[in-house]
Amino acid sequence: MTPAATTLRTPAPAPVSPTHSRSEPPWVRRLLIGVTLAFLSLFLFLPLVSVFTQAFAKGLGFYLHTISDPMAVSAIKLTLLAAGIAVPLNCVFGVCAAWVIAKFDFPGKNILLTLIDLPFSVSPVISGLIYVLVFGAQGWLGLYLNADHPALPWLAGWLNQHNFKIIFAVPGIVLATIFVTFPFVARELIPLMQAQGRTEEEAARVLGAGGWQTFWRVTLPNIKWGLLYGVILCNARAMGEFGAVSVVSGKIRGQTNTVPLHIEALYDDYNFTGAFAVASLLALLAVVTLALKTWVELKNASLQSLEANS
Amino acid sequence: MAPTNHRVRKLRVLPGFKLTLGFTLFYLGLIVLIPLSAVFWESSSLSWKEFWHTVTLPVAMASYRLTFGASFLAALVNAFFGFIVAWVLVRYQFLGKKLVDALVDLPFALPTAVAGITLATLYAKAGWIGQWLEPLGIKVANTQIGVFVALTFIGLPFIVRTVQPILQDLDPELEEAAASLGANRWQIFWRVILPMVMPALLTGFTLAFARALGEYGSVIFIAGNIPLKTEITPVVIMGELDTFNYAKATAIAVVMLIVSFLLLLGVNVLQWWTNRHNTTHLA
Repeated sequence: MTPAATTLRTPAPAPVSPTHSRSEPPWVRRLLIGVTLAFLSLFLFLPLVSVFTQAFAKGLGFYLHTISDPMAVSAIKLTLLAAGIAVPLNCVFGVCAAWVIAKFDFPGKNILLTLIDLPFSVSPVISGLIYVLVFGAQGWLGLYLNADHPALPWLAGWLNQHNFKIIFAVPGIVLATIFVTFPFVARELIPLMQAQGRTEEEAARVLGAGGWQTFWRVTLPNIKWGLLYGVILCNARAMGEFGAVSVVSGKIRGQTNTVPLHIEALYDDYNFTGAFAVASLLALLAVVTLALKTWVELKNASLQSLEANS
Repeated sequence: MAPTNHRVRKLRVLPGFKLTLGFTLFYLGLIVLIPLSAVFWESSSLSWKEFWHTVTLPVAMASYRLTFGASFLAALVNAFFGFIVAWVLVRYQFLGKKLVDALVDLPFALPTAVAGITLATLYAKAGWIGQWLEPLGIKVANTQIGVFVALTFIGLPFIVRTVQPILQDLDPELEEAAASLGANRWQIFWRVILPMVMPALLTGFTLAFARALGEYGSVIFIAGNIPLKTEITPVVIMGELDTFNYAKATAIAVVMLIVSFLLLLGVNVLQWWTNRHNTTHLA
């Protein structure tokens, strides 16, 4: 069920020395390594290098000018805000969901697991669309606010008075970001906590620890690397989300443009160097994400081999 | 269905069952289930005839053909090269292997809009790659090939990361046994290794295909979005939304959602089958 791609991998122990039966002739080996390097260079390495090259095509001055432009700064602030709300919320949800799924038995668990995965299989554009249908001017919220005799008239009145908006405003952007990053932390923690079982927590309880104490002192130290891993991936997606946010934002420059939307705006203005300058910030985030991810994987592997040896 | 009722313990040692289950269901309902149900609710405002008319409009039909075709081809190409990448990363040693391994996840980490403008620039007429393809008469930017290129970019990690752990865990004794019985390397690959990796390869293929179907950001810049030619389905939905045609947008979204859910079901069945297969294999 897990998109294996996003779960914390434990690098395998040192490979067994290749025996005759398990190795290919040297020319096959070289050919395959060559194909791999050529394919990855063309499809992954070249695009990454080109982002940074294009970003500095008009020099450092233009680069600094573009990323310190008020519109760019406002986009960066909005992206940080959306990620700053979405990531902690999905983190709390992830820990709760993993706790209930890993530590208890109850009917319908598999259905719950599938439902948690659902946002991964929804197109970003549709992720935005569903919030427009619920909160848009023609959606459920709009119907409520424009109704002649709404339920709870004081609420409708108050919302209308304050010109309350979700779609084409910041709350919609935050909601869409929460939706697309919904499964990341949960997906990471569920298999991890299931593998760790319940015995340590049960022992802590029997020895007299309270519920919170058990969680903070026993569970959290056990899951911290998995949690960090989930947070890193969740954050990368939250800051880079484009399609869903594009639907709900309305793209008002300086107000509802996130960094990816600002990149699109610059690109559509034929300011290609500017677009790449801002894009280089997100590309840098991607590189940092990959580095952190690799570091957590190595840390986790050394931790596991330590446990295996003791 | 995993746990059966009689195994539920009456006495729970660990606390927080009601609290965590309650919060999980509340948050899931609020963020995912209620908004998703709005799509089906909204599309029910159309009669069946109107719905069918909308989802079979020429613009929509052309977009399905392109989206499904390009996604399928991209997943196929990724299955081939992704398998080689996974194989090389698991079995061979070479300089810079750790770096290459980390780089495989780039399409996950790089925001789709950044990937989009980068690919569009690389494959443009004067771009780093486009300038070599242009004299050969191959146009990528603003053509269906461009859609395929973008979808190949975003799908690669799915194959590598599903196949890699299975290749790592393959029991070397199986290959040694096959070799001692006289099979050559090629026969061992086709008859022993490939059948065991096949379920993972299929899972990775389905995940890459499903992701490609819904992809938006990395495609729109390189595709040019010419109606009936290079417009993918999410762009058609976006176009209807931009003209406030919510019912039309929703109808096409329902078609895509149903396909996505079927694919999700397919992945679940595949994984269930693989796990079952592996456990019986071990037992």
